[in-house]
This record gives sequence, C-alpha cells and structure tokens, in this order.
Amino acid sequence: MAILDVFLLEALINGVLLGGVLALLSLGLNLVFGVIDVVWICYAELIMFGMYGMYFLYTVYHWPLLVAAAVCIVGVGLLGVLLHVLVIAPLLGAAPINQLLATGGVLFFLQSAATVMFSIEFRNLGLRLPVLKLAGMFISYSRLLAFAAALIGMVLVYLFLARTYTGAAIRAIAQDRQIMVLMGVDARRIYLITSALGGGLAGLAACLLVLQYDVHPFVGLSFGPITFLICVLGGLGNFGGGFVAAFVFAELISLGGLYLDLEWGYVFAFVFFIVMMFVRPAGLLARRS
Amino acid sequence: MLELRSVRAGYGGFQALFDVSLEVRHGEAVGVIGPNGAGKTTLLRVISGLIRPTSGSIAMEGVDLVATPPHRIVAVGIAHVPESRRLFPRMTVEDNLKMGGFLPSARAKYQDRLAFVYELFPRLRERRRQLAGTMSGGEQQMCAIGRALMSDPKLLLLDEPSAGLAPVIVEQLFDLVKRIRAGGLNVLIVEQNVRQVLRVVDRAYLLKAGSIRAAGPASELLASETIREAYLGV
Repeated sequence: MAILDVFLLEALINGVLLGGVLALLSLGLNLVFGVIDVVWICYAELIMFGMYGMYFLYTVYHWPLLVAAAVCIVGVGLLGVLLHVLVIAPLLGAAPINQLLATGGVLFFLQSAATVMFSIEFRNLGLRLPVLKLAGMFISYSRLLAFAAALIGMVLVYLFLARTYTGAAIRAIAQDRQIMVLMGVDARRIYLITSALGGGLAGLAACLLVLQYDVHPFVGLSFGPITFLICVLGGLGNFGGGFVAAFVFAELISLGGLYLDLEWGYVFAFVFFIVMMFVRPAGLLARRS
Repeated sequence: MLELRSVRAGYGGFQALFDVSLEVRHGEAVGVIGPNGAGKTTLLRVISGLIRPTSGSIAMEGVDLVATPPHRIVAVGIAHVPESRRLFPRMTVEDNLKMGGFLPSARAKYQDRLAFVYELFPRLRERRRQLAGTMSGGEQQMCAIGRALMSDPKLLLLDEPSAGLAPVIVEQLFDLVKRIRAGGLNVLIVEQNVRQVLRVVDRAYLLKAGSIRAAGPASELLASETIREAYLGV
C-alpha cells in the first residue's frame, strides 16, 4: 500500500489551502491584540459584514468581482477604525474584562443588526468556480484562489511591517508601549492604523470565505472560535506562532475529516488545542525568557 | 536652552519633585547627582514628557514643553535615553535605530545619522542584524544612546547610563559622552556614579528628596566637603 495515496495527498493539500486562509484570519486578530492589547471578540462578525458586502455588491448590484472585493476590504477596514474609535479607545484604560465584555457586546449587536437588516436567510455569491482535476485529485479552484490571495495579503502585511517606519512602530509598540513617546510616535495614530489594517485583513478574509461558504448572520460562529484558538495556540500577539498554528490546525481538521467525518477533524483540532495548552501554555513558538 | 522653573511632579498621590528649577545653557553638559529615590529619573521623565508636571514651567529654546503633546517633544530637539535602556528587545539593532529616527525630519537624513552612529559605535555596525535584547549590557547602552542620536537632537538626556555595567565599560562610556559633547551636543546626565559624572560635565546639581540642594561648577562640587563625604566616600 502506498504511503501517500491520492486521498491522503488531496487531504494534505486541502489542509494547506485551508491553513493559508486561517493564517490570514489569525493575523488580523493577532495584529490588533499585539499592538492595542485588546481582543476583538467580534472579529468574525466584521468578516460577516464583509461577506454581506460582497454578496450585495457582486450578486445583487452586479459590480465586477475585483471592485467589489476592493470596496469590501476598505469598508471593513473602516469598520475596524469605527470599532476602535467608538468602543476600544474610550476603554483603553479600563480593566481587560470590561474590554472583552464590550467587544463581546459588539458581537451580539452586529449579529442582531445583520438579522434585522438581511434576515436569517443563507445567501451565496452564486458564483460557480470550476474544480481542478489533477492526477486523480479534486481541488476546488475557489480554495486555490483563496489560498493565493491570503498568501499575497500576508506577504504585503509582512513587507509593510518590515520595511516602513509605521510598520516598525507597530512592531515596536507591541514590545514597549510606554517609551514610544520618546521616539516621537503618537500611539493613538498607530492604534488607528492597526485597527484599519486589522479590519482590512478581516475584509480580505471575507472576500475569500464568501467564495466557499454561504453568508448568514451567524456565520461568524463557524470560524470566529477557531481563529481565537489559533491565536492562543500560536501565542497571542505572536505573528509567526499564529502562522504555524493555522497550518497545524488546518491539517488536523483536513486529515481528521479524511479518516473519519469532517466533524471529527474539528474534535481532533480542539483536543490538540487543549493538550497543547497544558504542554506549551504560552504558545507553540513561545519565547524562552 | 532648557529651563525648568519650580517644577512639581509625581505619580498618583506621591510627589517626587518639589519646586525644582534647573537650567542647561548652550554648549553645556550638566549633571544631576543624588542618592537613590531623589527624583533624578522623574526629573528626566518630566522633561521628555513621559510624565507631566503638576505645576511649574519647562521651556526648551522658547518652546513651552508643558503645552507640547509628549510625542512632539522629540521634534523640539530633546532625545531621552531612559533608565535601564528600554530597547525593543526583539527587534534588530538597525530597527531600533530606525525607530529613533522615526520623526519625519529625521527620516530625510537617515543614512547620514546611521553613518554617524556607526562611526561613534563601530560595534553596533557589526551587530546591526542582531536582536537588541541578545546583546551585552554595554552594547545595549550604546544602542540606546545611538537610538537617541538618530533623531539629531540638540539636547541628550542620559538616565544612569553606567548602571549595571562593568567598570571598564563605564570608563569607555564616559569617554564617549565626552566625544558626543565635543561634537556640539548638549547633555543632561543623571548619575549615581558621582566621581565619573563630575569629570565630564561643566556644572552639576545635587538633587535630594525631590529638591535641589546644591549647584555649581563640577570642579567646585568635586572639592566640596559635603559632597565628598556623602557621595565620594573620601
């Protein structure tokens, strides 16, 4: 029996493709946490609004797909800024539990608002992308596209963080908040830029997820929790750790789905998470300090 | 150039500075000496805007620093090397220097400033790709001073630069402070290492329990009976 049969290979590839999208999802959340030290519990609900944006612009108003995507990325980026200005900024000095409760409140607000505005009907883009048949494997084109776009998005964020002054300030502020003033950095401005970036990443994720999944007001529940688990597994605020954890999770889900049912994949992933919390509580790539 | 008048400051209910008046004139290096907990660090923090005074005035070349938002104070020409260096430990040496040159005015002369800092501290050039937190204490102190110099300041605030360093390194460090001074930069330096600091500064203030107890030319303070007894142990 071949060690790498075709089904196993297909599951592995699908795992990598899923991992790319999960890595993108966790990057936005990690960025916001690392810089502002606040967890956007409502992160997946921002994505949900982005998915509705794609649905309305593309399917209802017939905008070109790429234009609709660009508008959604910018739009959700603005939602991120709004979330920061209206909810996070007034609570920056408050106890962490209050910040969690506030963004948790925004989660229910956004879910209810979506229910009122869009009803609970499941909707999709109505876009049928072909399935690639390669050496006996079936790989969906929309997953490949999502993977490629997620990768490009992450590379762009990486270049921004590595090459620009603002990017350096974003990395620096996560390491020493108080002395940023001595560098001439206005922390409030960096927070706004980070919120826009986190929102923009949620917007990009929305464009990619809506290619594969129906959108409804509670769709955030199907990938919000897993995004948090990935961030925690990788070590909250640790970008590299989140990246690795996303692929580990995706492979567990994909391989678990191959040998048993899809749901078992998630069970494995969560059991793995719980075990890892005992073994490496500070995250997969925890720094020794 | 820098003038503090009756500055009071503290943390919460605790007052650390009581009516401190102090001056740094053009071309001067000034030292502030005093025991632990005298308020020396607070004094520098209140100048660079890390904390705000509760009363009194601080002016730098006619600019009212109390009315200036903290992140704009660097742009006035004041660079602060904070206590225990406070580098960004998981960033490279060069990224740390880049952060020191964050101001738009400093970005334009980034290459010049970088060359200047590397000439002053050749060791930093060797280590430019190394994570700052993995260097020795002396190298980290060089990096912290280099980072402050990246903004092309007129006044450099040094907080206990010799703390935790080996005596040989301290010697080198004060030589460097002399060289930086010779380049025309004003320095306000806070130190517990009284003997060393009085050798590099023109004037010094003695700060004790939050107020200035003595002031004068470094040579006078070195000769003063009270200072010799209390701080030099001779």
